Amino acid sequence: MRFHRSLPLLRLLPDDTKFDFMRFRRISFPLSAITSIFAIVLFFTHGLNFGIDFVGGTLLEVQSKSESADLAKMRATLGGLGLGEVQLQQFGTPRDVLIRVSQQPGGEQAQQAALNKIKEALGDEVIYRQEAVVGPRISTELLAYSAIGLMTAIFGILVYLWFRFEWQFALGAMVANVHDLVLTIGFMSLFQIDFDLASIAALLTILGYSLNDTVVIYDRIRELLRRYKRMPIPELLNASINSTMTRSVNTHVTVTLALLAMYFYGGHAIHSFTATMLFGVVLVGTYTSVFIAAPLLIYFGVGSFRGSAASEDEPEPEPAARKRA
Amino acid sequence: MLYISRWKAFAIVATTLFVCMFAIPNLLSPSTVQSWPKWAQRHVVLGLDLQGGSHILLEVDTAAVRKEKVEQLRDEVRKVLREAKVGLVQAAVVRGDSVEVRIRPADLQQGLTKLRELSQPLGGLLSATGQRSIDIVSVGDGLVRLTWTEPAILERIRQAVDQSIQVVTRRVDELGTVEPVIQRQGVDRILIQVPGLGDPKRLLELIGRTAKLDFRMVDQTMTAEQALETRPPPESEVLYGNKAEGGRPYLIEKRVVVSGGDLVDAQPAFDQRSNEPVVSMRFNASGARRWAQATTENVGRLFAIILDNEVISAPVIREPIIGGQSQISGSFTVQSANDLAILLRAGALPAKLTVIEQRVVGAGLGQDSIEKGTSAAYFGAILVAVYMLAAYGIFGVFAVVAVAFNVAMIFGVLSLLNATLTLPGIIGIVLTIGIAVDSNVLIYERIREEIRTGRSAISAIDAGFTRALATILDSNITTFIAAAVLFFIGTGPVRGFAVTFGVGIITTVFTAFTLTRLMVMYWVRWTRPQKLAVT
Repeated sequence: MRFHRSLPLLRLLPDDTKFDFMRFRRISFPLSAITSIFAIVLFFTHGLNFGIDFVGGTLLEVQSKSESADLAKMRATLGGLGLGEVQLQQFGTPRDVLIRVSQQPGGEQAQQAALNKIKEALGDEVIYRQEAVVGPRISTELLAYSAIGLMTAIFGILVYLWFRFEWQFALGAMVANVHDLVLTIGFMSLFQIDFDLASIAALLTILGYSLNDTVVIYDRIRELLRRYKRMPIPELLNASINSTMTRSVNTHVTVTLALLAMYFYGGHAIHSFTATMLFGVVLVGTYTSVFIAAPLLIYFGVGSFRGSAASEDEPEPEPAARKRA
Repeated sequence: MLYISRWKAFAIVATTLFVCMFAIPNLLSPSTVQSWPKWAQRHVVLGLDLQGGSHILLEVDTAAVRKEKVEQLRDEVRKVLREAKVGLVQAAVVRGDSVEVRIRPADLQQGLTKLRELSQPLGGLLSATGQRSIDIVSVGDGLVRLTWTEPAILERIRQAVDQSIQVVTRRVDELGTVEPVIQRQGVDRILIQVPGLGDPKRLLELIGRTAKLDFRMVDQTMTAEQALETRPPPESEVLYGNKAEGGRPYLIEKRVVVSGGDLVDAQPAFDQRSNEPVVSMRFNASGARRWAQATTENVGRLFAIILDNEVISAPVIREPIIGGQSQISGSFTVQSANDLAILLRAGALPAKLTVIEQRVVGAGLGQDSIEKGTSAAYFGAILVAVYMLAAYGIFGVFAVVAVAFNVAMIFGVLSLLNATLTLPGIIGIVLTIGIAVDSNVLIYERIREEIRTGRSAISAIDAGFTRALATILDSNITTFIAAAVLFFIGTGPVRGFAVTFGVGIITTVFTAFTLTRLMVMYWVRWTRPQKLAVT
């Protein structure tokens, strides 16, 4: 079978798009600035809904043995234990309840005691699906490791890009990275999504995907920079984005399909994880690569090396490509 | 770029199949695989979040180890100075991390010489550092300060953790659970993972006790109440009975007659007269000798059985106990007698263990997660496959085949590594599918671009591969950096995610460079397309 003209191949975009992405930066830069500030303000006013991984405490997932869990009764039972605020939350089916108790004063053993009190109070009326107790020491460590981890990842990627590309690219990618993280954290703050270890995994994956995207476009920019000596930079950036557009669309459609499948069939255990990923990868990551990472290069003075790198040039520009640009 | 020599093609196919082969044991039942050679049996281990079980992180109380070490030093200092008949202004006392003693000026030199003998060289004969176990400083005015050096303390902590691991292992083994994992984490932590254990209450009770058992004499020179009101004699202390015993105070001599370390065996039993549950035990030779001597000399007096600084019982010695057999009674239930026997057999912990993290997943939740995770993976894979076929036709078929092999290879590598598959790990595989598809999309889109510049089919495919592969390498290395970081900072389930994601990136690059190229090459050879119609 060949690529016949008769074969109805699905094309979400025409092949020769000529969007002027660079002009859009007059909208996208202020837009990103405003949303980033909004995200930062949200972070400081609403904060993150830190899970027990990072603040310590006790978490139980229980399933009522009757048709549906009596939340009011459970709240009354657990409220009288003197454990401070007890959060109850319907989780998935009406029978499933998530119980969260914040960290108890009195060190590591006090957390253990809280779990035992809750289990004694609830007794055999429920099935214990999951229990977790994270002491103050571990939670502090996990938070520190996670912050260090995110920074190490960004730094490592920065160094790699600096070696493989020019410093302008590394800087552009890093600004884009931070932008992605800020917006995603704002999103998690806005919807008060549980911020736990899985969220760190989500953030790092978003970082990876967004970079993947950025690098593909940067790769093309580098290639065109070597090929076209005299093309104005904004035009060249536009050409790079346009020529990688179909790839971006197809890749994002497939990733979105995979994520949607996980969101709808993966069960509630990974709901917040996939929701964050959908936001970060599909919305933010794509937008950033095209509207932030690439236009930024104009300001960083990319292409200043074009004259000196003459030996790496391809001999002549291809006519068809020039016409397209 | 497009041309691949015959032997290279063979090597590619052979490597792919070889790696995929290791995934096979995961598909078969364990009983089938059992008869295979060891290397072929390797398989993916399900994480505790998928099969259910308990994950418990313990911390050894290093502060207690330090304290005990200082107190031990104080006792040694007292003993050495007493034996050497060194005149003292003030007896040795613990002050902070050090022991301080004030020696009479006339005896100072002799005292210092004796004390220096206490300090041992560290690290055996081969160590050239010349570091010793104790710092001895003569502050002046006869005051001498002795401090354990940090390496000596750290050595002791290391020993304490090792010993704790051994004791915990013996105690957990008594529970009869399947394949518990017990390992050191960091300097002073112990990780216990017990698959299938849905309620770790009993486990926690067993490992939460130090189980330090002592037999000591009760001091009957005054009553415990008197001792509390005034002050106990210097060689005695007040201890309380345990809950079952009523919690009343006892005045107990500090000197230990026999300790848990002298036990050879401990078993739950029933008392022949009262038919109550008791723990019967047997001492080793030296323990039995000391016990016989002590009971012979003290017929009619009370002795106390002390567990973790609580008096279990304080019976009267009716007759000398010769032969090293003894039993503890003290309001036991069958269960608690059994548990105490386990603890005594396993030995005492050198320091207290504190639970600092505990995660338990019930078997029901684990099963749900497996089912949901797999169904999500299937749905995702089908959606992606349908889209790829619709978008790229025959090339889409190549992509789907390449991705299928990719996933099989991931399982092959995970099996080889005996890696743990967690729920986030399954997510990592699904995301890998996304990235693997992307590498195909990159190649095909590049080929389409090259065709539009007017190249012939074969030259376009060739150029498309060359350029796209460079991009694939760059973009995947950056993603791999993120996965690697996640692996090093992550624990448990998150690490599982990093493993599958990282392995997935490697197999993705491998399949893009080899399998996809190979398939396209053979397709070009067989069909000899003159022109690819792509618009």
